[in-house]
Amino acid sequence: MDIIVSKDLKKKFKLKHGQRVNNNGVISNEIVVLDGFDLKIKKGEFLVLVGPSGSGKSVFLDIVGGLSTPTSGVVYLDDKIVEAPSAKTGYVFQQYALFPWRTALSNIEFGLESRGVPPEERVKTARELLALFGLSDFEDRFPYQLSGGMQQRVAIARALATKPEVLLMDEPFAALDAQTREILQNELIRIWEGTDTTVIFVTHSIDEAVFLADRVAVVTARPGKIKDIIEIDLPRPRDGDIRSRCEFATNRHKVWDALKAEVNKAQQDWKLAPAFAS
Amino acid sequence: MRLLTVLPKSRVAQREKIISLALGGSVILLFLIGWEILFQSKIVNPLFISAPSRVVLAGITIIKDGTLLHHLGISAREFALGYGAAVVVGFPIGIILGWFKLARATFGPFIAAMQATPRIALMPLFIIWFGLGMTSKIIIVLLSAIFPLIVNLQVAMGTIDADLVQVARSYGATRWQIFRTIALPTSVPFLITGLRLAAGRGLLGVIVAEVFGGAEGIGYMIQYAGSTFQTDKVFAGVLVVAVTGITLDVVLDRLGRHFGKWRSEAAVH
Ligand SMILES: Nc1ncnc2c1ncn2[C@@H]1O[C@H](COP(=O)(O)OP(=O)(O)OP(=O)(O)O)[C@@H](O)[C@H]1O
Ligand SMILES: [Mg+2]
Repeated sequence: MDIIVSKDLKKKFKLKHGQRVNNNGVISNEIVVLDGFDLKIKKGEFLVLVGPSGSGKSVFLDIVGGLSTPTSGVVYLDDKIVEAPSAKTGYVFQQYALFPWRTALSNIEFGLESRGVPPEERVKTARELLALFGLSDFEDRFPYQLSGGMQQRVAIARALATKPEVLLMDEPFAALDAQTREILQNELIRIWEGTDTTVIFVTHSIDEAVFLADRVAVVTARPGKIKDIIEIDLPRPRDGDIRSRCEFATNRHKVWDALKAEVNKAQQDWKLAPAFAS
Repeated sequence: MRLLTVLPKSRVAQREKIISLALGGSVILLFLIGWEILFQSKIVNPLFISAPSRVVLAGITIIKDGTLLHHLGISAREFALGYGAAVVVGFPIGIILGWFKLARATFGPFIAAMQATPRIALMPLFIIWFGLGMTSKIIIVLLSAIFPLIVNLQVAMGTIDADLVQVARSYGATRWQIFRTIALPTSVPFLITGLRLAAGRGLLGVIVAEVFGGAEGIGYMIQYAGSTFQTDKVFAGVLVVAVTGITLDVVLDRLGRHFGKWRSEAAVH
């Protein structure tokens, strides 16, 4: 059963006066970001979006999250058109965007607070999540007192606090070092495998995509649409060791084959392209 | 911001602090000694320059005979009322101007014009309108203190982090919730800065207003002492004003640190 369906989605932005953009050879004052973006996401699946920089992945997430409206086309969430942020979605932003004046605990409480959940219940849920991410000793710390990895854990915990059915994650681990990143991937997959949450996860790392995903959707260079969807046939539950198996490498190649041309198309500077393969 | 780590107040920092205190203190001490010598040597007419020792004596006299307390009480009341009114009125005005574009477009130019007007030059008018009593001084303090508050809070609203607003929106927060949970906390450091600037301006306002046209208050006391050649008393009065100013600033700085716990040490410095 599909929980999210995007149909014929199109998104244009009007640029500022005097700004110009090349839309497939046509010079215009409007940038076409998404054009015919069709995607069906199954309930409970872990879907990873990969695609060249600027292909509209964040814009797509914003539309699914109800933060931005499409120019035309629709996104259905549980058969209802998304027009505003839904209580069913949680959003983890690329910049952790923690409230600097709130402690770890009270950051996690934020979503529940916005929805009028009473304080005792909020604190209880937030404490459980802190424990789940191994941060119980840090509940009274302000964001500046936490490491990058800890901040990202808090940001994920904050999104999980409202028990979302759909979790949108926009390059959540991009700013972390390689080790912390793997640890958090392992943690995320462990926590996710214990739930029936649907996840849409954006990343530039093919390894990350293959490790996490049920399916990897490859987005074309702008204007973005789905180019290809690759089923990742790795068993679950997954743990870190799976990365060294040879099926893992096979899946990596499938994704990279689909992505390569798009990345090259998007990057005038070809030297940047190989970075995606690593 | 997250890249900044907290350095513990190491011993090095402690030593630096002691050294800088010693240096600063010795300059003041040297100045006082030089002043006293200049007075004792009678190179300059002692009537004009007074001396630290005489200022202290004059201070003791006006404390004992109750003059200081009387005038200080008057000035303090004028300041407190004017400053309090400036906070109560200036805070919401600043927030509204910063939060609503339309309000900014409507009232911005008027406020800028008001701000550019030298308040103290209006003192003759205030005396005509409100007399020589406390009211004209309270108005001056209000007008001196309100603009730093308005400007700082307006600026604060412009620094609201758009990413945080997106987070709040993603949880379905209303505009009012966004205001309460993001705009208000964002404004706190700016409010403290505004309060400090406003305190300095307000203090200046009350003293100048009293010097200019008053029958009571520290400013008046200084002005009267000056016109009767009691230089010792003039200096004693100025000293009281300076100490008050410093105390106010320290208190507000503490307050700022208390509410700024969440900012990294490096940001608060
Ligand atoms: N508000 C906006 N106004 C104008 N153009 C925009 C706006 N938001 C996004 N764009 C443009 O839309 C395109 C897609 O942006 P988006 O942020 O979705 O890319 P992305 O696929 O997430 O890229 P990355 O992988 O680098 O994060 C970019 O070319 C960007 O310049
Ligand atoms: Mg993006």
